[in-house]
Amino acid sequence: MKDRACIVGIGETAYCRKPGSGMSPLGLQLRAAVRAIEDAGLDGSQIDGLLPFPNLGSAESFAANLGCENLRYAATLHMGGAAPVASLQAAATAVAQGVAHHVLIPAGWNAYSGRRVAETVSMDVASIPGGAIARDYYIPHGLTAPMQWYALIARRHMHEFGTTAEQLGAIALAARRHAQHNPNAVMRGRPLSLDDYLASPMLADPYRLFDCCLETDGAAAVVVTSAERARDLRRDPVYIMGAASGQPYPADEITNRRDLFRTGLSIAAPEAFAMAGLVPDDVDFAEIYDCFTFEVLQQIEEAGFCKRGEGGAFVEGGRIELGGALPVNTHGGLLSEAHVLGMNHIVEAVRQLRGSAGERQVRGAEVGVVTGWGDFGDGSIAILRR
Amino acid sequence: MSEATRRPAKPLPELEGLAKEFYAFCRQGELRFQRCSGCGAWRHVPREMCAACGSFEWEWSKSSGRGRVFTWTVVARALHPAFAQDVPFAPAVIELEEGVRLLSQVVDCAPEALCVGMPVEVVFDAATPEIALPRFRRAPD
Ligand SMILES: [Zn+2]
Repeated sequence: MKDRACIVGIGETAYCRKPGSGMSPLGLQLRAAVRAIEDAGLDGSQIDGLLPFPNLGSAESFAANLGCENLRYAATLHMGGAAPVASLQAAATAVAQGVAHHVLIPAGWNAYSGRRVAETVSMDVASIPGGAIARDYYIPHGLTAPMQWYALIARRHMHEFGTTAEQLGAIALAARRHAQHNPNAVMRGRPLSLDDYLASPMLADPYRLFDCCLETDGAAAVVVTSAERARDLRRDPVYIMGAASGQPYPADEITNRRDLFRTGLSIAAPEAFAMAGLVPDDVDFAEIYDCFTFEVLQQIEEAGFCKRGEGGAFVEGGRIELGGALPVNTHGGLLSEAHVLGMNHIVEAVRQLRGSAGERQVRGAEVGVVTGWGDFGDGSIAILRR
Repeated sequence: MSEATRRPAKPLPELEGLAKEFYAFCRQGELRFQRCSGCGAWRHVPREMCAACGSFEWEWSKSSGRGRVFTWTVVARALHPAFAQDVPFAPAVIELEEGVRLLSQVVDCAPEALCVGMPVEVVFDAATPEIALPRFRRAPD
């Protein structure tokens, strides 16, 4: 599959909190989709593959709105926030095999003006694959939300490896600094200091307010096609060198994992790097799914950028900031740009590799990584090049 | 409107299938987990078969109820309205002597006093006349 598929179109809406998008979740996603299709130099009738995000709109309704008269490949990968990057893998496989020619991957929601992210699971256990287990064994004890169940893993990591609050703070600060260079970032103009971070209210120890992703309205989308077809399109293609996804074990239950830190990415990352023929040291930047700060640290470890237990030291000293050895979440991420389900991470990676990231451009960026994380630790990763 | 009707009810397990059996034992004051008849492995949450040896045969075996705190979080802001009165409280993962882990709470320990490895033992908290939740209290080492 290496280099046989490319991202050829990206699109985003404005990202906002108050007063909200004023659009339906489908309307938002369609606007991002139209921009991505236009960016690729295509029209709706040429989109013959669709991979919508779980529970946020059917392929049928996307196709009917966008005029996809020739749809022949549609699927949804039920991996929560890991779905967009896992869909990139599925799209790359599909176009490389000729199952479809142009695949659209949309995602977006009104996570500010609609139902808040934090409430979804306890209000709708059918929203995730492990929902019935959460209903019967977690939620009755007050463990009702993603922030709380991931906090169990973060706390254990702190116990085993001595990871500190200041190290989690370094991740929040890097995202916020990067957001200052991003006109579409919700947190632009609102810098954050370590003192601000440490003083922010504890929500689910060890997670403070500023360890947590934003709740925002917005949508993003990308279009994937084969390397052959990409040559005829208007944009310089971004090549998918390697892509993989994986699940922790068991994926539907967190507490009884023999190894609490082995997530889907632990399986996916070695596979993706082997496919790409690269090692983590070859990567110029990484857009890492940042639902909460610790998940960034854990994915840095499990992707192989450092050894397990060394993530705390890795994120210190500006290493993950622009100008550092591995800039992470150059757009501000879910923490400081917007929570667009990680689709904004793919869009940012493409922008960096096109050299069009403006004042936050990573100089000489040739290879970038983008990850997804969802549900109880499902993981996905793509290694991209210009 | 009375206080009781204004406050949302706490979410409870659905008494269906294997969860119904697990909680029926809790109501009798017994913490039981599935134990594979093929290889003897204990497991939680309840499953249809043993992923280790493939056996569909199992029995509900009684746990000693003793274990240790494996990890926890302190919920300072409830994200479900039914728990708003309880903050701060600490959902904790307890590793039982049999090796299985259970998400619960330690009822007689302030959240800031919790630590990994703290010895605990099971107690049962009658949430309703039908449902008792397995909780834990501090135990001698
Ligand atoms: Zn067995």
